Amino acid sequence: MTAVATSGEIKAGKASRGLAAPSWLAAWLQATPLLLILGFFFILPILTIIVVSFWDYDFAGLYPDFLTMNYADTLGSWVTWKTYLNTLKFTAITWALTLFIGFWVAYFLAFHIRTTTMQMVLFLVCTVPFLTSNIIRMISWIPVLGRNGLVNSTLIEVGIIPQPIEWLLYSDFAVVLAMVHLNTLFMVTPIFNTLMRIDRSLIEAARDCGASGWQVLWNVILPLAKPGMAIGSIFVVTLVMADFSTVQVMSGGQSASVALMMKNQMSLLQYPAAAANAVVLLVVVLLMVAAILRVVDIRKEL
Amino acid sequence: MSKAAEIDIASVSKVYGTTTAVHAISLKIPAGSYCCLLGPSGCGKTSTLRMIAGHESISSGDIRLGNVVVTDFPPAKRGTAMMFQSYALFPHLDLVDNVAFSLKMKGVEKEERRAKALEMLKLMQMEAYATRRPAQLSGGQQQRVALARALITDPEALLLDEPLSALDPFLKIRMRAELKKLQKTLGITFVHVTHSQEEAMALADLIVIMNNGRIEQAAPPRNVFEQPATAFVARFMGDHNVLSGRVTAIDNDIVTLTAPEGQSFSVRDIAQEIGKPIDIGIRTDRVRLEPASDKSLGFQGIVSNVEYRGASVKITLIGAGSDDFTVVVSDADYFKKPASTGDAVSLSWALEDVIPLGRVSA
Repeated sequence: MTAVATSGEIKAGKASRGLAAPSWLAAWLQATPLLLILGFFFILPILTIIVVSFWDYDFAGLYPDFLTMNYADTLGSWVTWKTYLNTLKFTAITWALTLFIGFWVAYFLAFHIRTTTMQMVLFLVCTVPFLTSNIIRMISWIPVLGRNGLVNSTLIEVGIIPQPIEWLLYSDFAVVLAMVHLNTLFMVTPIFNTLMRIDRSLIEAARDCGASGWQVLWNVILPLAKPGMAIGSIFVVTLVMADFSTVQVMSGGQSASVALMMKNQMSLLQYPAAAANAVVLLVVVLLMVAAILRVVDIRKEL
Repeated sequence: MSKAAEIDIASVSKVYGTTTAVHAISLKIPAGSYCCLLGPSGCGKTSTLRMIAGHESISSGDIRLGNVVVTDFPPAKRGTAMMFQSYALFPHLDLVDNVAFSLKMKGVEKEERRAKALEMLKLMQMEAYATRRPAQLSGGQQQRVALARALITDPEALLLDEPLSALDPFLKIRMRAELKKLQKTLGITFVHVTHSQEEAMALADLIVIMNNGRIEQAAPPRNVFEQPATAFVARFMGDHNVLSGRVTAIDNDIVTLTAPEGQSFSVRDIAQEIGKPIDIGIRTDRVRLEPASDKSLGFQGIVSNVEYRGASVKITLIGAGSDDFTVVVSDADYFKKPASTGDAVSLSWALEDVIPLGRVSA
């Protein structure tokens, strides 16, 4: 009796399996929505840019073609190289400062604040500036740093300086200041996350082995915080490399960045030139990200 | 290999805010002995260990290691090494660097410290895994590495915080034997925190039973089992029945107590006064299923459960104010006269087997 029932079940199972779609199809169907979104909004635009970067253009229009002229123009111009150098300079300084500030803020939050509630409250306080837009946060520096701004007038009133400091606003200093201000949270968040995951008994174990406070920091906390630092670095580097508004507003047009150069080319309707520039920038940023990933294994974090 | 140190804890307290975790305990752990701090969770045993290690500040009192008062010393200066509950191996370092960590902190040259660490790993039979990371090891292997890391500092005392709790039961017993052997070979003082009385009995030269931040009893395993000092110890060590009552008569050194339900029991005890509450302990394997010759050395109970355990049978009864009075009889004795749930049976014991249990003065 049971034997009969079992064989019947097996047959039924086989039949239903025969009707069902092959398993690979289900997997592809499940992946389709993401594939469509990435395809339309990520891969397609990039492909378009790559294609356009080989086109010809004049003041009136774009002409489909296959020219390497745009690349030759971009890479052959000393302005490009100077601009890249300038952008890399901003990136390096901003990265170093955000890493330094971000690490210590995260360290303070993770190790010196005792209660989880307080940690969360202070962390949310860090994110409050992000409730306003980038531009507003940038522009709000102007009344602070300007010639007759808060800093200058205070310093003059106190009598520390006889006349306003000129380099506070519309300078590289102002650009870096704003970039650090805008991007430090991207460093704090991942580092805070990795620091919170460090088993506190590791620190006690290091102390038990005779490590001083700095030795614990250098030999235990820093190595274990590396993945968070790498993720934060990727955020900051990609954001700063692609920045044009901060550079434009805070330097008062006296400094340039790669993205600003592209923006200018686009306003002159030189789309293929801008596209070639974008492809070069994309390659440079990807190389930088690859370099960061080579140094630090972030797989443990993901 | 190393000099062992006596650990002397002198009325040490630990206060966290308004709660007191450890109440002015005093304890001498002889040099070269294996001491187990035993107790339920929250009894203050881990706080005590951490105070010896220096990872917890001492609220009042002093701790002496050998001839040095170490109360205010940092952990590494005390001559102790600690093994953490989850082993706390550094996940970013290979085994050699893990073991060599304390030498690195001291500034020992790379070649020298790696050679020493490898030697230590060899002692723990872990040299084959030297280049692995801790995450690639099993629990038992991690424990050996943690031991190697602790022992490379050549400590006078090794402090172990529930070292076996992360292991499966089979490995637990094996690593237990290894710990005991290691302690014998090294000859240094081991202080081992555990909540398993079986583990403490198997390992310790000195068992310290703690409850509510106080020491209930500190004695060799045999004394703890045969003469539990308090009702708590008798219950915690298991295999004891505890009966409570008030003293109603004193005849020379025979004290009679009366349980709330009316039965009277005799116990050989001194310095008691009429009316004082008193607890007595009777080992489960010393109770016989026979009517008592003397009414004060037994009672009649109702069987509530019978468990067959092979060589013995465990019978649980209700009576004399206890609802889990346990009797363990050999299988032969039981099957000569079986009892089943609901039966009324007579129990008896000898006067020598009744242990007077004291109370810890609060």
